[in-house]
Amino acid sequence: MPEPGKRNLFANLGLVPRTFAPPDSGREVMRKRYFPNVPLVTHEGKPVRFYDDLLKDRIVVLNLMYADCTTLCPMITANLVKAQKILASRVTQEVFFISLTIKPREDTPEKLRAYAAMHHATKNWLFVTGQPDNLELLRQKLGYADANPDKDRKDRALHSGMVRYGNEPLSQWSSIQGSADPDWIAEEITYVMPASAIRRSSAR
Amino acid sequence: MYFNSRGEKVSRARWKEMYQAFQNRQELIKAGLTSRRDLLRMGLLGSAGMLIAKSGLSSWGSGGCQYGSTGCGNCASPPTTPWTLPMPIPPVKQAIPVSSLTGPAPSINPNTATNPATGLAYEGRTRAHQAPALGFPFPAGVVYQVTQQQSQINVSNQLPLQNLWTFDGVSPGPTYVAHYGTPVLVRNINNLPVSNGGFGLNSVSTHLHNGHTPSESDGFPCDFFAAGQYYDQYYPNALAGFNSTHIATHGDINESLSTLWYHDHRENFTSQNVYKGLLGFYLLFNQFDTGDETTGFRLPSFPNYDIPMAFADRCFDPQTGMMVFDTFNTDGILGDKFLVNGVIQPVLHVSPRRYRLRWLNTGPSRFLQVYLTDLTSPSTPQPFYQVSNDGNLLPRPVQVPAVALGVAERSDVIIDFSRYAGKTLYLENRLDQPNGQGGPTGSVVAGGQGFLMLKIIVDGPVVADNSVDPATLPAYYALPSVSATPRLQRSFNFDQTRDGQWTINGKLFNCATTRFTVQQNSLEEWAFDGGFGWSHPIHVHFEEFQITQGAPGLYGSDSDDHNNYSRWGSQYCWSGCSSGSTGVNLSRKDVVRLIPRGNVKVRMRFRDWLGRYPMHCHNVIHEDHAMMLRFDVATSGDTNTRP
Repeated sequence: MPEPGKRNLFANLGLVPRTFAPPDSGREVMRKRYFPNVPLVTHEGKPVRFYDDLLKDRIVVLNLMYADCTTLCPMITANLVKAQKILASRVTQEVFFISLTIKPREDTPEKLRAYAAMHHATKNWLFVTGQPDNLELLRQKLGYADANPDKDRKDRALHSGMVRYGNEPLSQWSSIQGSADPDWIAEEITYVMPASAIRRSSAR
Repeated sequence: MYFNSRGEKVSRARWKEMYQAFQNRQELIKAGLTSRRDLLRMGLLGSAGMLIAKSGLSSWGSGGCQYGSTGCGNCASPPTTPWTLPMPIPPVKQAIPVSSLTGPAPSINPNTATNPATGLAYEGRTRAHQAPALGFPFPAGVVYQVTQQQSQINVSNQLPLQNLWTFDGVSPGPTYVAHYGTPVLVRNINNLPVSNGGFGLNSVSTHLHNGHTPSESDGFPCDFFAAGQYYDQYYPNALAGFNSTHIATHGDINESLSTLWYHDHRENFTSQNVYKGLLGFYLLFNQFDTGDETTGFRLPSFPNYDIPMAFADRCFDPQTGMMVFDTFNTDGILGDKFLVNGVIQPVLHVSPRRYRLRWLNTGPSRFLQVYLTDLTSPSTPQPFYQVSNDGNLLPRPVQVPAVALGVAERSDVIIDFSRYAGKTLYLENRLDQPNGQGGPTGSVVAGGQGFLMLKIIVDGPVVADNSVDPATLPAYYALPSVSATPRLQRSFNFDQTRDGQWTINGKLFNCATTRFTVQQNSLEEWAFDGGFGWSHPIHVHFEEFQITQGAPGLYGSDSDDHNNYSRWGSQYCWSGCSSGSTGVNLSRKDVVRLIPRGNVKVRMRFRDWLGRYPMHCHNVIHEDHAMMLRFDVATSGDTNTRP
């Protein structure tokens, strides 16, 4: 026990007594910390809310891109397209892919539609744009902003090689590497799927 | 554009203010809020006893970290009063009769029969035990059963009970006390819930860190097993060389290990699962390191005067008080609460005599440099003796001012508290590491200004001390020679791609890809190179190495440290240590700290067992995100020099 003088000091600091809010469920922890329910627009021109319409109740794969990217993003998109096909043969549960543009001013829904078509990314895949502030908020919330603000300002894709994936209702989330072998990407995505949804795994 | 932790847009000026607030708060935490005097000394308290309104201090409890809610590796936990709970000492794991195991009897081949209760195979193991074929008894004479389970754990009297993932209901889990020559079988039952409170995956692989363990019992990251399954791990507790270089003596006594630990190693989820509590100690004794201070090397007796201490740093949510994990931070996570054996800033009472303290940095990402501090004279050096480096006793004790520990590094130290009878001391981390990016700056803060982790009160009864005084420099083990010509030199570069993916030699981890094959029983030299700006604690499973170049030393230098530790400086250097190893680096290790742009060379032999093992960065955030590779040990090896 702290001595009386110390107790007063803590009281001065507003430290005691302290009551905490009841703990959230895992999915609420994740939603509050990382998933603001901002309005967005899909490549099909449909208005959606980030959490309610894209994440909720789903197994999702999430990455950053922009349509004119000529370096790393097309390769990652191509890997994810292959991984999606591999997954379809391995699991019985649907997996939803979401690609968020980091250049929402340039990436109109039409432009993203063309990008999706170019990569043959069709079923269960949404390319998403919207108000620049909202996309920027998501970039920050999802851990894609570099901790060093100066580096981040110069290159907003410094962490874009990390692809998020997760099982939203079970709050099981991690990151996979977008440059990895598509078979391996597919394998890791199954980590958050129940055994009953997995037909077969790759060798390990 | 800058955001606060609630996602509200803020100006750059406000962001800087928030960052300042974070630093202010760190200062308070560093001081441990121990006394009014501390606050006065820091200029935070006015004469009327009110806290001076330092800019930004009011953002306490605003949540998240200062660069936004994630990505920065910092956090803002609710305040806790230090030194109110005793430091827990994990219970010693008790053996059971093999007939008492839950489930089918242990089998040499994995038990892949379907358990009707779960629909899964009984056992998650995929490969047969290698040990019985080499003459080890099966099942082992000593059998344990341990269960991963969720339990409510008290980490502070001012925080709610935490729903941690534990071994047998405690975190750190129970301590295994093992002996060379006595193999053990551990049945590991996964009874974790699906519900995770926001992080953790209820699929596990338990790694015995530093063990000379057959591959199928090593806890390879891809040998994970599901809730409802068990996995039998066979630990031969045999000296390296028993089936190769030192058959006649049942292994090389100079390869004896002492302080090992076990922790979850589940591919892609290790950081979450270990953060959530899945770790514990495994101590190995033999005829010299006996645990009895009247025999052998006469090291302080276990358990009364030989105490394991697991250091950890964690973040807690300011609204709910629950432990939080920064899931989408792939740089490195730094906590602002320091735990020893699972409790935030606990207290340990000791008697005025020698103690062997076994220090372990459990991470997830932070590097430590641990000092013994007397706050009544914080700048006075308090040297002590380091007797091991990782799991291995040194050739003889080395007097040190501090011990540097990357994640997973261990060090046994002997502190003679008879010099401090009646006093109060602290274990203090004085290493400057501003955030989860990069690593330590290389400098240390002044004594008393670092993070106080443990309060030690020397008020126990005067008791006999039959341990040997390390100042007499008793000899422990000799270093096995690694001067033979290596069969091969391989080089490994630890770096990050332009878009943030962690790599070794530009490649990513994959369970199914064997990057190279080591020829069993041959000597290899591995060169580790660090990329720009980042420190990485590199860990090789299965065998210890000796560092032949670039050995890491204590952080800090003459100019950083007004106490001038240069008298130890010749054998410790933060960088540029290109000469051979000296001091505590004259040792076998299984983790080496690679500094930014560092070059380290190590030599080791891969003996006795065959199969797959990983090598990886032990910043568990990097490890989970592909800064790892799989190598295999086989009867014939390849010659891939840059795998």
